[in-house]
Amino acid sequence: MNRYPLWKYLLVLVVFILGLIYTLPNFYGESPAVQVLPLRANLKADSALLQRVDDALKAANLNAEGVALDLTSVKARFNNTDNQLKAKDVLQAQLGDDYMVALNLLSRSPQWLTAMNARPMYLGLDLRGGVHFLLQIDMKGALDKAMEAASGDMRSILRDQNIAYSGISRDGRMVTVKFRDADTRSKGTAELKQRFGGLAFNDKNEGNELLLLATLKPEEEKRIQESAVQQNLITLRNRVNELGVAEPIIQQQGVDRIVVQLPGVLDTAHAKDILGRTATLEVRLVDDEHKFSEGFAVPFGTEMFKDRDGSMLLVKKTVLLTGERINDAQPGFDNRSNEPAVHINLDGAGTRKFKEATRENVGKRMAILLFEKGKGEVVTAPVIREEIGGGRVQISGQMNTKEANDISLLLRAGALAAPMEIIEERTVGPSLGADNIVRGFRSTQIGFVAIAVFMITYYLMFGAVSVLALGANLLLLVALLSMLQATLTLPGMAGIALTLGMAIDANVLINERIREELRNGNTPQASIHAGYDHAFRTILDSNITTLIAGIALFMFGSGAVRGFAVVLCLGILTSMFSAVLVSRALVNLIYGRKLRLTNIAIG
Amino acid sequence: MEFFKINRNIPFMSYGRYTTTISLVTFIVAVFFIVTKGLNFGVDFTGGTVMEVHYAQTADLNKVRGQLADMGLHDVLVQNFGSSHDVLLQVSLKQNVVGAKLSEQILDKLRQQDASVEMRRVEFVGPQVGQDLVENGALALLLVSIGIACYLWVRFEWKFGLAAIIANLHDVIIIIGFFAFFQWDFSLTVLAALLAVLGYSVNESVVVFDRIRENFRKMRKTEVAEIIDNAITRTMSRTIITHLCTQMMVTAMLFLGGETLHYFALALTIGILFSIYSSVLVASPLLMLMGVSREDFIKTEKVTEEVLS
Repeated sequence: MNRYPLWKYLLVLVVFILGLIYTLPNFYGESPAVQVLPLRANLKADSALLQRVDDALKAANLNAEGVALDLTSVKARFNNTDNQLKAKDVLQAQLGDDYMVALNLLSRSPQWLTAMNARPMYLGLDLRGGVHFLLQIDMKGALDKAMEAASGDMRSILRDQNIAYSGISRDGRMVTVKFRDADTRSKGTAELKQRFGGLAFNDKNEGNELLLLATLKPEEEKRIQESAVQQNLITLRNRVNELGVAEPIIQQQGVDRIVVQLPGVLDTAHAKDILGRTATLEVRLVDDEHKFSEGFAVPFGTEMFKDRDGSMLLVKKTVLLTGERINDAQPGFDNRSNEPAVHINLDGAGTRKFKEATRENVGKRMAILLFEKGKGEVVTAPVIREEIGGGRVQISGQMNTKEANDISLLLRAGALAAPMEIIEERTVGPSLGADNIVRGFRSTQIGFVAIAVFMITYYLMFGAVSVLALGANLLLLVALLSMLQATLTLPGMAGIALTLGMAIDANVLINERIREELRNGNTPQASIHAGYDHAFRTILDSNITTLIAGIALFMFGSGAVRGFAVVLCLGILTSMFSAVLVSRALVNLIYGRKLRLTNIAIG
Repeated sequence: MEFFKINRNIPFMSYGRYTTTISLVTFIVAVFFIVTKGLNFGVDFTGGTVMEVHYAQTADLNKVRGQLADMGLHDVLVQNFGSSHDVLLQVSLKQNVVGAKLSEQILDKLRQQDASVEMRRVEFVGPQVGQDLVENGALALLLVSIGIACYLWVRFEWKFGLAAIIANLHDVIIIIGFFAFFQWDFSLTVLAALLAVLGYSVNESVVVFDRIRENFRKMRKTEVAEIIDNAITRTMSRTIITHLCTQMMVTAMLFLGGETLHYFALALTIGILFSIYSSVLVASPLLMLMGVSREDFIKTEKVTEEVLS
């Protein structure tokens, strides 16, 4: 009666071997590495780059343990941090600003393990050291700004169309336009409705004043908020690239928050500066009169800038327009030619300035420059075809849809990223991170040994089986965490310890039940059978209640607590498997074949 | 080896009156301290800046306080942390006018005096975050309670769900009472421990309840009180041994896990101790009080039998 069919033994064996394989990478440790990432869209991580990196390292006499190419980057491993740092400097000098050279840690596990996707556990910031920022986007500010811009636009539209109004004012997110008679009001309403699809217009009479109230439609409000978050995410990604951090995490959290995690970064002041910096945008004229050649002196009143492909462009110093005048930029298509285009929307003052500037410079090229950290770059340099009024600018020609997308993002990101504020910071130094690993590991180890000693003395053979099952549980849990690449935090390590402490409950239940059945005068075989059978339902019930707590923690917890919840939930699953199936398989192997079993070692 | 060789049922239910009184008194005392002393909420909830710095030599706390006072920070908690080389600084949100930048300013100031200062950890929590955490924490506690009660209702009977959840919330309130009385740091990890205790100590009640159900089926002619007594007596050995094992792990964490895990392990320790008590001496008397009877199960069994046939 205590025999498993062959497939159950095989199942346990296969799961055990899989567990072993996926736990293995954790034992190899990590070696310092340098990661080279191309920063420009037209550059790719390919075998040519691999060759360049390899040559540069060989020329500098730096012995890399291995240089490898993956989907997005080239990685070189070293045997010590000294060489790693030297290599970073060498490569950065060789490759220039077009590539990011970041310090990283790479698993030392052999190739065949990596090929199976077996990687070591992903350590959280509290274990490996680094900075965690939570940034709050000022949505109210973004919406107010949008309405302010809209009120300026309304003014110029009504003026252009010769519709008489006696005043435009903004109060929070509502714009009020005053008219003298109902006729002009309905004319104005029709005109404005046509121009502002995102606004809702309502008539209101106050005394003898005829008012038109404009508010944001809910879907427009949502669109503005979403694009503010997207814009800020892009801007942050670009800036973090500059920091040279390997594996940064930049994610939206909730409606209006962004999480930035920078593993290994210690210079928090520098990181904060870069994250908080605002990029500026300028529109200037291109100097096409002077031909650019090697070693030529830049003429007076002009400057030299690189464009996005890396070629040089001569641009006049006079600024026609700054980015603050841009309300919005969206990718789209040219009405006539159907080519991909970028539609830019300027505010009132910007519209007037731009109209003047384009009238005087038809046929010339204008450059749109993005300044970050005092360094300018030409985003695009289109030809001015005609005078542009009305504040609606379209840039088209020689771009594909993706480029149109990129340019509009850059224009928006540079122009009006909604203000952000750091509302949470957690920095852990690398020494504390290493200490935390040791502490977490040691408490689990000592707890495990204490439980093992107690269980074996108290339940003898059945205790030993329980301890083996508990060991299998630990193995499977670590394997599962490595497989899923779930973030392991210090509370997560506490979760592992706690799971083990709780998982033993199942085996205690079983063992106690077997003893009780023996006491009631049942034969050993029957007792074992009844013990496992009766205990199973109880184990299921008690584990499900813990699972409910774990899931709630996962849903509502954040950061480190969520790490605890993940481990708790996974631990329940592995402990169900190991406490019931693994321990039963072992007991069946030991006792199941003996037909005349008179005595079992259960203490 | 066997610790518990009990042949006779221990008449737990006849002590019901005393144990309920004891629970009620501890509960009221806990609530009293929570109300009068309040909780010493950590930075996670109140917002503010916490820094842990390491000095190469023994740190002079008074000097540190003086330096901070120079910066206009007069009311900063400065204390040793773990060893005499490590210092913990805690600045409340009220005094912090520069937000996330404060930690760098403090570090710069400390480095002027002693270049060996090493930053170990910085936590800055703005006012927006703390409020969210309190709300989410309360919501999680509520959801876990309802979820567990519902599960037990489906699996057993509504009386069991209610009794178990009351017994376990009683544990949670007592843990919070301890934190209020000793003014221990109540952080986010402690909250996680509370929820873990809630899930864990329900195990206890589930094991006893399972036995009660089994006994109702087997011991057809026995009094309800005796059935419960028998269930508790039979599961007692398992209860003690399981908790002993879990506590071994938690004790290792308590002493070796470092400061971060200290209060986490402490909350678990109190939770484990009280969950032994409450599952046996709170949940079961409550069940009696609510008038659990054989009919509760016979009824459900009939239904299942009909479905089967």
